[in-house]
Amino acid sequence: MIKLVDVHKSYGKQKVLDGLNLAIEAGKTTVIIGRSGGGKSVLLKHIIGLIKPDSGHVLIEESDITRLSEKDLNEVRKKFGMLFQEAALFDSMTVGENVAFPLREQTKLKDQEIRQIVADRLRAVGLSGVEEKMPSELSGGMRKRVGLARAIALHPRIVLFDEPTTGLDPVMTEAINQLIMDTQKNFNLTCVVISHDIQSIFRIGHKIAMLYEGRIIEYGTPEEIRASDNPVMRQFLSGSVDGPIKVT
Amino acid sequence: MKPFSASLDYVGRTVMHYVEEMGRIMTLFFSILFWMMRPPLKARNIFKQMEFVGVKSIFVVVLTGLFTGMVMTLQGYHGFRLFGAETMVGSTVALGMTRELGPVLTSLMVTARAGSAMAAELGTMRVTEQIDALYVMAANPIKHLIVPRVIASVLMVPLLTVVANFVGIAGSYFVGVNLLNINEGDFINNIYKMLELNDIYSGLVKAAFFGLVLSVVGCYKGFNTTGGAEGVGRATTQAVVISSITILVSDYFLTAIMF
Ligand SMILES: Nc1ncnc2c1ncn2[C@@H]1O[C@H](COP(=O)(O)OP(=O)(O)OP(=O)(O)O)[C@@H](O)[C@H]1O
Ligand SMILES: [Mg+2]
Repeated sequence: MIKLVDVHKSYGKQKVLDGLNLAIEAGKTTVIIGRSGGGKSVLLKHIIGLIKPDSGHVLIEESDITRLSEKDLNEVRKKFGMLFQEAALFDSMTVGENVAFPLREQTKLKDQEIRQIVADRLRAVGLSGVEEKMPSELSGGMRKRVGLARAIALHPRIVLFDEPTTGLDPVMTEAINQLIMDTQKNFNLTCVVISHDIQSIFRIGHKIAMLYEGRIIEYGTPEEIRASDNPVMRQFLSGSVDGPIKVT
Repeated sequence: MKPFSASLDYVGRTVMHYVEEMGRIMTLFFSILFWMMRPPLKARNIFKQMEFVGVKSIFVVVLTGLFTGMVMTLQGYHGFRLFGAETMVGSTVALGMTRELGPVLTSLMVTARAGSAMAAELGTMRVTEQIDALYVMAANPIKHLIVPRVIASVLMVPLLTVVANFVGIAGSYFVGVNLLNINEGDFINNIYKMLELNDIYSGLVKAAFFGLVLSVVGCYKGFNTTGGAEGVGRATTQAVVISSITILVSDYFLTAIMF
């Protein structure tokens, strides 16, 4: 269970999060949607303590991570996996070493077992046999999938995905959605997914939250969201330029 | 009174800025010490950095040392000849190299080559969120990225200094004995007479300190980079400038204390 309570965050004069409240259910997939530049990535980084709020609280299973020491925060982070929007692969390491990294850091598995898991995770994201390549030799979509393999390498209890399918072709998008759904179900994970892809949102989300002007303005099941009569939500789902969301 | 107080204000601000920066660098230094004491340190990471900082700097250090020794001999020769003391050239060069120029020039070259690269590499990792990714995987970036670089620099800069000293004196010998026809026996004897092991040791202590300076400053600048590619460029430049100045200034004080 993840809870954000009255979270405020500004960069200079720009208020990115403005009294945001959100409760994310354990063992479910929650999708966060919202306009580009609206603060979704910033929100995700609050959940894992990479960004500290100006005020407010972030509760991870009852512990307020805004008040933890770096050491205790580390312990909390061991429950997490995260896919960054730009993948954030270590470019001095091979793909294999990247995926193996959390396993080497947090487990005492033998090399042989680690290699096995790495091969397994890479197969799951459709990238068998790229272990020896360097991240700079991969395409953007491939890098993202390696990032995904690394995020779920340990089967952490909570996984944060920042736009897992952006930049992938439709077939690969479906495969990755399937992977997220399967992993979530099989290991009963708590998933938080940021996505712009309307189809994916309704497919993988148990709950959908809409971030707008620094707050969650809509929250509910896919059915509830589809039936929402909030004009912001309606405009977002229909992809129209006319409405309360201004393009400029 | 107005311009006076304004310039005072400016000076105050600048000084405060540097004092603050110094404080932050010291804080980083203490956390480096802290993480150095926590096993396991990955030998592989340290060796990789030792190769980068040390092995790959040999060529520039050899060139620097060689030509410094040679040009000092050439210069010194004309001066010493006025007093008929040409045979002292070798020992003067040897002392200058081991005490001052060996450590200082070596660490300036390593700053330019490796200190800048540390800032650029860590800076890129910062702006591409790789450092955040380390935090997320509960791996401390200071321990993973900075400690190996600092250990490697503190070990390798003195070794490179030994190389610079050696080729510097060899270059001096070549120019002095072979080109300027100074008596070989006197040239070498004077070096033996004047140069003490202590001169070499104190030079190496300096070198180790400079290795610490250039790696901590390079890592600090890289680690705290903001603002994309431009920020990485800025961090790299600042790392080289701050390290070089610190090395030159602290060399004076170290000399004052040691000799
Ligand atoms: N480190 C930072 N410094 C200054 N401003 C920042 C910083 N990080 C984010 N912002 C600002 O916060 C706002 C939200 O950024 P964020 O990356 O969360 O957007 P997003 O919702 O993830 O957008 P997208 O869908 O395009 O990824 C942006 O307007 C951005 O300019
Ligand atoms: Mg984003």
